[in-house]
Amino acid sequence: MNSIRDHLGIHANALTLREKRNDLLASNIANAATPNFKARDIDFAAELQKASASGPMQTSNARHFVSSAGVTRDTLYRDPVNPSLDGNTVELAVEQMQFSENTLRYHASLQFLNRKISGLMSAMRGE
Amino acid sequence: MSIRNIFDVSGRAMSAQMIRLNTTASNLANANTIAGSKEEAFRPLRPVFATEYASKIQDNGIATVNVEQIVSLDRDPNQLYAPDHAKADKDGYVYQPNINPEEEMVEMMEASRQYQNNLQVVNTLRTLMARTMQMGK
Repeated sequence: MNSIRDHLGIHANALTLREKRNDLLASNIANAATPNFKARDIDFAAELQKASASGPMQTSNARHFVSSAGVTRDTLYRDPVNPSLDGNTVELAVEQMQFSENTLRYHASLQFLNRKISGLMSAMRGE
Repeated sequence: MSIRNIFDVSGRAMSAQMIRLNTTASNLANANTIAGSKEEAFRPLRPVFATEYASKIQDNGIATVNVEQIVSLDRDPNQLYAPDHAKADKDGYVYQPNINPEEEMVEMMEASRQYQNNLQVVNTLRTLMARTMQMGK
């Protein structure tokens, strides 16, 4: 099983992280009009490195909290370009850009995974 | 109600924006409603948005928006002198709500734009999810 996981490489981790980031960006867009809401995001490169280096974090006791992504993530706060009076730091232009970039990169990772899986499939068939 | 996935986040944000659009529509509809006294006059309505987090224990940053309450703004109505109006008080005054159509239009545009944004998010993520389910085929 491990060799298959190694074959899929970084894209398996990247895909889960991209999905989590999509959820965060969607939360930001949902709260675009809420006073005092602070926009949040993750440092993708750092988180990916963390996930690739140590693998998913395990719990050893039934009473431990399970981290939602399987990896402890540092959810950071965004630094606004134009702070608004009501304390909201969501800027729709920024969030939309980040969201479209993130979905595109998710798509890219998905495409890579698909190609790797079909590569494995044709190796198994041996045709 | 708990927040489990992206459909909860964006769906509830869309309902909140819809409530905002409805209050704007009520305000505009009542812009010319004349009342016989200061107290009876219509006052502009505004929803109050509040963030609702998916989890208070884990800091996962996922949040949606709720309409906490709908308040009527404390704006005194305009006093108009119209002694021959059916609703005029004993001094000949009627009261018109203090609603600013430009302000309401801006509110409406912003709400509808943010509604569209949330809809776009759901559409995009739904396509991605569908593609992910086809993975390896």
